Amino acid sequence: MVTAETAASARGKTAETKAVVQVKSEVIALRRAGSYYVMTLTAAGIPELTRPGHFVAVSCGGDDGATLLRRAFSIHNVASRGVYGGTLDIVFSVVGKGTRWLSERHRHDSVEIVGPLGRPFALPRQPVSCILVAGGYGSAPMFMLAEALRARGCRVDVVLGASTEDKLFGVLDAKRIAATLTLTTDDGSVGERGRVTDLLPAVLERTDADVVYACGPMPMLARVAEVAHAHGAHAQCLVEESMACGTGICMTCVLPVIGDDGVTRMLRSCTDGPVFRADRVRWADIGTVPPDAYGAPAVEESS
Amino acid sequence: MTRAVITREPRRDTSLDRPDFDMSANVGGVTLPDAVLTASGCAAAGRELEPFLDLERIGAVVTKSVMLAPRSGRPTPRMAETPSGMLNSIGLQGPGIDVFLERDLRWLRDRGIRTVVSIAGGSVDEFTKLAQKLRHVEGLSAIEVNISCPNVEDRGQVFACEPSAAAAVLSTVRRNTMPSVPVLAKLSPDVTDIVEIARSVVAAGADGLSLINTLLGMVIDVDTMRPALAGVTGGLSGPAIRPVAVRCVYQVHAALPDVPILGMGGIRHGVDALEFILAGASAVSVGTATFNDPSAPERVSRQLAWALLDRGFTSLADAVGYAHRAPDTVARPAASVEPEVVDVLDEEPVADVAER
Ligand SMILES: Cc1cc2nc3c(=O)[nH]c(=O)nc-3n(C[C@H](O)[C@H](O)[C@H](O)COP(=O)(O)OP(=O)(O)OC[C@H]3O[C@@H](n4cnc5c(N)ncnc54)[C@H](O)[C@@H]3O)c2cc1C
Ligand SMILES: Cc1cc2nc3c(=O)[nH]c(=O)nc-3n(C[C@H](O)[C@H](O)[C@H](O)COP(=O)(O)O)c2cc1C
Ligand code: FES
Repeated sequence: MVTAETAASARGKTAETKAVVQVKSEVIALRRAGSYYVMTLTAAGIPELTRPGHFVAVSCGGDDGATLLRRAFSIHNVASRGVYGGTLDIVFSVVGKGTRWLSERHRHDSVEIVGPLGRPFALPRQPVSCILVAGGYGSAPMFMLAEALRARGCRVDVVLGASTEDKLFGVLDAKRIAATLTLTTDDGSVGERGRVTDLLPAVLERTDADVVYACGPMPMLARVAEVAHAHGAHAQCLVEESMACGTGICMTCVLPVIGDDGVTRMLRSCTDGPVFRADRVRWADIGTVPPDAYGAPAVEESS
Repeated sequence: MTRAVITREPRRDTSLDRPDFDMSANVGGVTLPDAVLTASGCAAAGRELEPFLDLERIGAVVTKSVMLAPRSGRPTPRMAETPSGMLNSIGLQGPGIDVFLERDLRWLRDRGIRTVVSIAGGSVDEFTKLAQKLRHVEGLSAIEVNISCPNVEDRGQVFACEPSAAAAVLSTVRRNTMPSVPVLAKLSPDVTDIVEIARSVVAAGADGLSLINTLLGMVIDVDTMRPALAGVTGGLSGPAIRPVAVRCVYQVHAALPDVPILGMGGIRHGVDALEFILAGASAVSVGTATFNDPSAPERVSRQLAWALLDRGFTSLADAVGYAHRAPDTVARPAASVEPEVVDVLDEEPVADVAER
């Protein structure tokens, strides 16, 4: 976790111990993978600090561009050595102005990034059995996670799903690292027809997994939380809330989360997340401020 | 050997070069060593920016407006990006004044970071109580009073839009706080005559003015065909509003030349800040641009120092309100009209070296 204290003590003299860095990166490579783009960026200082589940906030549009807000992307991969002295990969789909701009970058163009940001996935101490569930580009952070889990002796089963085949990301890598791989598409063109959450109960039963890690659209995560709970498995979800800064200063990315004290608070997903314990997020209340939340208005305000 | 002109056009540089230049600013009686501050709501309480800039070096951290009680804020979506700006509807989420003082302000003070505390309330009484809480807090650079909030006792009418309501708030805050701490009134541009509001808050005791808060705006999501924000309307900020902000600063400075102004609205680069200084601001806040570049306040200060130096000013204070001076009655400062010419020895021309 990037605490203010560690960041503070890291400022100044010892740049290499900084918990988060801002870098002017160079695009090393941009390639297509199905309907996604995979971008490799120089990122001096970031690989060493990165844990699975961390993200980077990317500035899109240049110094005078009209798209001012930062775009968040999970860190897919890092390399701390090599000719470029540290690189990272992000995987993205073009959905709006910022991602379109990114997709139009060329080799050697510069892109400004801040990272690693957020709280990463918590790893089990024991070599337990884990299931990684991802929808669409939600698989991007899962491969680093799988490596980290396997390094601890955990069994890793993977469930990947997407609406169509071209939106499944990382199938070959998943085959390589997973004890078993379950694929789903909405139309059944690859793997099983249906959603990852339709298949998850069977995988949970088969593997008797203790932990489920999930990343994908909110409705998928909400369902994963239910399924994991029903099977008595611990679950961690990487959420995707709309972000403007990624660094914790704008308060746009909040969602209702129950704390250790049982109190619901509107927490920032960029600093308190993006990974949350599934049983702590009030999935059904996302997009609202529950009336019992800390500081919630006693009566609905008029403005 | 090539002869080249170093163009010091303010740019986003990564170099930490800054000229030796007097950037001190007087904000309502207190002198800050640097004229660039953060903007309320765009820097939380400073902590999160610590990895990206030297908080002790910038003018001050202006904290997110705090209310008396903890507040959850509004539902999401709370923001929408707009051309060169954004719309936000955060709803003043915050811990409440007691936790703020105990936790956030303590953190800032322990590090010797200059702080402007921004307060917001739903009634004159709430502002009074907030002011009393701040009364014994030593060492504040200033108190900024965010009056762009609805007055629950007047059908939700925004204080900043009504001269007498705005004056009532400033008067109680001024009376209930330490006289040595300047009180700044933060005004909304969503009024017919901002000068009228400025006059009334200054008459009520405000030592300075923060100009401007966000403009009320709205975005409709054409896919859902509904308002993009859960709060329906939101505050527009960023470079898109800069001309409106510069106009407000210019008009108010023309009418009240002795009242210090903290200018803000769309400052992203040093030259943007320069516009505000020339229009009459004594210091500036960098808000939304910090979301794009978390080191923006420090970078803007550096770029502003170069921009002032290049135009022949000897201190930032000399440039305040310069745009108001008639061109024929005042000589231009002894600007370095001739671009600085340097010799570049056997070097590849770099991006910022323009061949002549
Ligand atoms: C922690 C995290 C990890 C993410 N990882 C990935 C990833 O690995 N690959 C990928 O393709 N996408 C990822 N996203 C989503 C990605 O951030 C958005 O698709 C992207 O910001 C859209 O930008 P745009 O300019 O194309 O869209 P626009 O709609 O033009 O964006 C406008 C603004 O809204 C914000 N925004 C819009 N959609 C989202 C969203 N879904 N999540 C967060 N902010 C949003 C943008 O940051 C920007 O500030 C992630 C989001 C989060 C929060
Ligand atoms: C997300 C966000 C939150 C803000 N919160 C506050 C606030 O709590 N109090 C306040 O006085 N102004 C608040 N503002 C307004 C800014 O301080 C500033 O006046 C305005 O955004 C114009 O400056 P800018 O274009 O540099 O952002 C907020 C602005 C944004 C974008
Ligand atoms: S994205 Fe700005 S606080 Fe989380």
